[in-house]
Amino acid sequence: MCLGVPGRIIEIEKTMAKVDVAGFLREISLDLCPDVSVGEYVLIHTGFAIQKVDEEDAKETLELLKKMVQAI
Amino acid sequence: MSEEKILLAHGSGGKLSHDLIQKLFLPLFLNPPFEPLDDSAEIPDQKKRLAFTTDSYVVNPLFFPGGDIGKLAVCGTVNDLSMKGAIPSYLSLSFIIEEGFPIELLKKIISSIHATAKVAGVKIVTGDTKVVEHGAADQLFINTAGIGWIKEGVSLSSKNARPGDAILLSGYIGDHEMAILSQREGFQFQEALKSDCAPLNDLVQKMLDVCPAIRCMRDPTRGGLATILNEIASMSNVGIVIEEEKIPIRESVRGISELLGLDPLYLANEGKLICICPSGAEGDLLKVMRSHPLGKEAHLIGKVTEENRKKVVLKTLIGGHRILDMLTGSQYPRIC
Amino acid sequence: MKFVDEFRIQEIAKGLIERIKKASTKPVQLMEVCGTHTVSIFRYGIRGLLPEQIRLISGPGCPVCVTPNSDIDLAIALCRQKDVILTTFGDMMKVPGSTSSLQKEKAEGKDIRIIYSSLEVLRIAKENPEKKVVFFAIGFETTSPTIAVAILRTKEMGIPNLFFLNSQKRIPPALYALLQLRQVKINGLILPGHVSTILGKAPYQFISKEFSIPAVITGFEPLDILQGIWMLVRQIEENRSEIEIQYKRIVKEEGNLVAQAKIDEVFEKADGHWRGIGRIPESGYRFKEAFQTMDARAFDVEVEPSKEHPECLCGEVLQGIKIPLECRLFKKVCHPENPIGPCMVSIEGTCHTFFKYQ
Repeated sequence: MCLGVPGRIIEIEKTMAKVDVAGFLREISLDLCPDVSVGEYVLIHTGFAIQKVDEEDAKETLELLKKMVQAI
Repeated sequence: MSEEKILLAHGSGGKLSHDLIQKLFLPLFLNPPFEPLDDSAEIPDQKKRLAFTTDSYVVNPLFFPGGDIGKLAVCGTVNDLSMKGAIPSYLSLSFIIEEGFPIELLKKIISSIHATAKVAGVKIVTGDTKVVEHGAADQLFINTAGIGWIKEGVSLSSKNARPGDAILLSGYIGDHEMAILSQREGFQFQEALKSDCAPLNDLVQKMLDVCPAIRCMRDPTRGGLATILNEIASMSNVGIVIEEEKIPIRESVRGISELLGLDPLYLANEGKLICICPSGAEGDLLKVMRSHPLGKEAHLIGKVTEENRKKVVLKTLIGGHRILDMLTGSQYPRIC
Repeated sequence: MKFVDEFRIQEIAKGLIERIKKASTKPVQLMEVCGTHTVSIFRYGIRGLLPEQIRLISGPGCPVCVTPNSDIDLAIALCRQKDVILTTFGDMMKVPGSTSSLQKEKAEGKDIRIIYSSLEVLRIAKENPEKKVVFFAIGFETTSPTIAVAILRTKEMGIPNLFFLNSQKRIPPALYALLQLRQVKINGLILPGHVSTILGKAPYQFISKEFSIPAVITGFEPLDILQGIWMLVRQIEENRSEIEIQYKRIVKEEGNLVAQAKIDEVFEKADGHWRGIGRIPESGYRFKEAFQTMDARAFDVEVEPSKEHPECLCGEVLQGIKIPLECRLFKKVCHPENPIGPCMVSIEGTCHTFFKYQ
């Protein structure tokens, strides 16, 4: 029920956006996540963007994980 | 301007029925020496092992990316025969049509049947058309039955899998059900997602040519890969282990599955096959499969085991294990 | 898929499991609150990869499962009205009420429509002006702001025939109630990543302050979950109890303020009824005055007296007190084709997950 999937914004029109989820295109609402621009990734839940995906934080988490694993 | 529609009288057996058959069906399905208007077809061949199957097609919508109910009705039955190792030869073709159905669409469906039968090398030798009153059927249903001959030395069955055997899959899974679902829900894609609907008989014969000892072939239609593997494990009283990372799934199919919370391993396919072969034969088989247009993405996905009898175990992407059960219930009816 | 595949890499998973094994010195029970976590954990076989002394138990985080029978009976009564179109998320269809289910009602010809987005109900209402469209709105804080937006739009656009049967739930008060009961030993909490996307960290502070239990807001990919578990094990071993965020790429400290504001605009906190648990203070929402005309609970319909199967253990399962294998109905009478309780219906229900993956 609380599924969320990242998608890339490819078009914005007022409060709606077209997003690309692995080639699958979907119209979503930006009402809950208005400050986004084309090219950015958002987390999609039941037809709404509910948060921007932070690329920097994603990179940081992955770097951290890789370091932890290398340190074994 | 009124569109021509199917009327109850088209199925009455009277003049309109006759017209319909004469004008629409016969020009495409005359296969001398068969006399299609006789009550049954006489099959002259007298070989030893005959495979015989039937299936009904009720897919909604009737037309979908990559196919339509007509193409499906030929492929489905051709594939069922092929999975027995039979060379499909003759098909029957039977329609149940809702009164009011546009004749133009019926024409399209019939020519699609014709084209697919040609590709598959099968002849449609007998048929029937019934028309029911408005509301008694949803647009149009098709039933086909088929006959094929099984070659000497070939014996395919879900009971034949043995520990140590290799499990091959002929390509991307989930395309058919996702194409249907997308059409119905109005989903859009960067690149159109198409049903994989195709006749597998040519691929199957080429595989049997290089390895007549293949134990079992199945096409993972309703219930998908997971359900069919469960059937094999149960009927052969063996265990099956497959590896998640080896299973080919298109990005877009994964995308929707993630979004809608579906599992691609349970999605229906109409042009894929699972092959179980003795260990050692997989290399030659994969070569043949990958050089065929319907097997380009073929993969070795797992093996048959002594342990976990009657169960299918999935080795997950991160190295964990879980039991893959049969499909229980269905969210989306009428996919074939 | 970007931001998905990177978090499913086997090599890193193996390394993380090694780190967890090294860090863990004593038996612990960790609860994953959210049903989406439960599904991920089973789907990737994570339980089997962890050292034996780390036990994962499933919590109450499936909104379908916790919807009380009385609300389902009310939805059924509403859909039986001739002029009503009932809309809801797909998961609700099979949930048994006292004597029927929405799926059965649909088969009998009632107009019930499955939706994928809360905004779809606006379109359905506009297309059917002669009908009353009722949205059976369930969900936790992840979904609530989307429902709030639908309600605000309904008002803005002046759609007169759209109503909401609100059965939403709030996670933090339910966690508070669960921890206060102390029926089950919990050494650490895997907190729901997407509920927290909306809420942020603040509403969970009581977990560390009042109960001294470590908690980590965790994402849903296998590497997220493993990292979350590792962070919990570290807190436990170091005798810390903090609210940490593992799912940093999505969850901000303060949450999604726009979404919080939408919820506050439409709803106020109210007691919530949880199946098997009962009334929990402030664990639900009710309409603020300006929106009460859209409340489907005001409809005058006769609802059957609600009753539950006496042997169904969903209540205990939802609280992590019992596991499905302890239920006499499990697999014998109750299975996905014939679910007795809601935990077997929802694909995120603990019973369904046990049935499918165990």
